[in-house]
Amino acid sequence: MNWITNYVRPKINSLFSRREVPENLWTKCPECGTMLFHRELAANLNVCSACDHHMTMGARERMMSLFDGGIFSEIKVPDPVVDPLGFRDQKKYSDRMKAAQKASGAKDAMLVAEGEIARTPVVAAVQDFSFMAGSMGMYVGNAIIAAAEHAVKTKKPLVLFSASGGARMQEGMLSLMQMPRTTVAVQLLKEAGLPYIMVLTHPTTGGVTASYAMLGDIQIAEPNAQIGFAGARVIEQTIREKLPEGFQRAEYLLDHGMLDRVVHRKNLREELATMIRMLMSLPPPIKGDLAPPPPPPEPEVLPTPAESEG
Amino acid sequence: MNYLDFEKPLSEIEGKAEELRALARTTSGMDVSKEAEALDRKAETALRDLYKNLTAWQKCQVARHPDRPHCKDYIDGLFTEYTTLAGDRAFADDHSVMGGLARFNDRPVMVIGHEKGNDTKSRIERNFGMARPEGYRKAIRLMDLADRFRLPVITLVDTPGAYPGKGAEERGQAEAIARSTEKCLSLGVPLISVVIGEGGSGGAVAFATANRVAMLEHSIYSVISPEGCASILWKDAEKMREAAEALRLTAQDLAKLGIIDKIVPEPVGGAQRAPKDAIEAVGKAIESLLGELSGKSRAELLADRRRKYLEMGSKGLAA
Ligand SMILES: [Zn+2]
Repeated sequence: MNWITNYVRPKINSLFSRREVPENLWTKCPECGTMLFHRELAANLNVCSACDHHMTMGARERMMSLFDGGIFSEIKVPDPVVDPLGFRDQKKYSDRMKAAQKASGAKDAMLVAEGEIARTPVVAAVQDFSFMAGSMGMYVGNAIIAAAEHAVKTKKPLVLFSASGGARMQEGMLSLMQMPRTTVAVQLLKEAGLPYIMVLTHPTTGGVTASYAMLGDIQIAEPNAQIGFAGARVIEQTIREKLPEGFQRAEYLLDHGMLDRVVHRKNLREELATMIRMLMSLPPPIKGDLAPPPPPPEPEVLPTPAESEG
Repeated sequence: MNYLDFEKPLSEIEGKAEELRALARTTSGMDVSKEAEALDRKAETALRDLYKNLTAWQKCQVARHPDRPHCKDYIDGLFTEYTTLAGDRAFADDHSVMGGLARFNDRPVMVIGHEKGNDTKSRIERNFGMARPEGYRKAIRLMDLADRFRLPVITLVDTPGAYPGKGAEERGQAEAIARSTEKCLSLGVPLISVVIGEGGSGGAVAFATANRVAMLEHSIYSVISPEGCASILWKDAEKMREAAEALRLTAQDLAKLGIIDKIVPEPVGGAQRAPKDAIEAVGKAIESLLGELSGKSRAELLADRRRKYLEMGSKGLAA
């Protein structure tokens, strides 16, 4: 494969970022409290160097860390009807959306792109927890359908990274209907005989877990990621007892048979390439094919408080 | 009769009529029939007026009414030869989900539904209609069986939602719901779903991803309970009236949004006032929806369902 044409052809996303560098260059690890310098944190793929906690990653940063040379081209997602219910709680949904779009520079909580992992062509969809808690509305549904359709058209596997508080309540039943819609997307991949690899990242809960996030051919999770359907607080209130240590965490789910693997972020690219190539009957990746780590992305903006279904 | 808070004016009129009749029974030679009938007429008008324009929150209350007919009542009333099939073949039999073989208008079908129970004992046994993973896995097994023997599947939805329990999570609640939805989408037989009370979030979707979905006039179907939504978005669970309104969870709103296909009219005063009539109306709806799908091939039924969900939300939405 020609490295140069591969390098030049896709839109180069990694050179520009709409985000400005926040004044605070230090991030506090939510797990162990260590103050981490943003450059070091980015170079470490947003993993705390003190305690190995995997912090949430923006969709663009994830794509850059995933693909060879940090290069990928975006796949267009059809725009849904905006604010179909005219929803208003203490704020208007349309205002919440505008604020989230302005803060992130993204349209909604999912980004779809294609590129190569160790020279293995892959379509990837990444859910962004920083955008309204990664909640699943019509846009996210459209994104997953677009990703699956593109994968089928180009005969590529789909790797999907979930991070979500669940369905987006402000779209009412139209958000709940993304459960069957995204399930149809998964069926399209399965019928085409293409691998569908799920990577569950912190946190993945609610209707997202109860649809596409649990239907992967291979179920991978990042260490210590919170994964579940009902919220831990709701469960504690219902059963009136304390939940065990590590409940609803990746390792706990692995122990209970709900996952295939828990994979450290630094090993993810290599593992994905290895498994995908076996599933697609391709020769093993040549070690040299793995491109050097991508340039460090801009500092991560901390996620907004949860805005989605429990 | 259990009265809902907004039915207070009605309960007063009906109470007076009842008192009057009781008095007449114990007092010889006293004729109150005229007065009592006048009160009856007044009550009837009050009932009609109350139910003509129920708010979204009032509909939630009606949908959860304890006297409303439940899954078991519909199965008893509409099906013959109902034969329960139990268990998920992995862990347990979930009593909040009932299902089995039965005949509908003589035609063999598979019927599956959430059952809430109707007294303290049966409510506890049925876990208030909140399924655990085993409930969805039993449903998957029954749908699979129906598919292999070419039997239409009829699901009756009435659940507050999936059970938020420790074991339920450990045994893969989310996976079970996802697989059940996937199974609904893989059936080569007609799948018809009727929301008879509460369509609570993912627990409902797992049964109601159907070729045709009908809702009883005063039933609800929602991504989250109004109380849950209020406590998250309004930071105040008492704002459930506002949340119920905003969520557009009524049959009428969902028909407008293109999410459901049919509204089944309820007797005046709701299904709980005349269960027999409600059950009969649901029977008619199932019959007509099955009719719409008759003659379709397996491939057509699959494609019909898939297209419906892929297109959902892309048209017919008034912004
Ligand atoms: Zn740390």
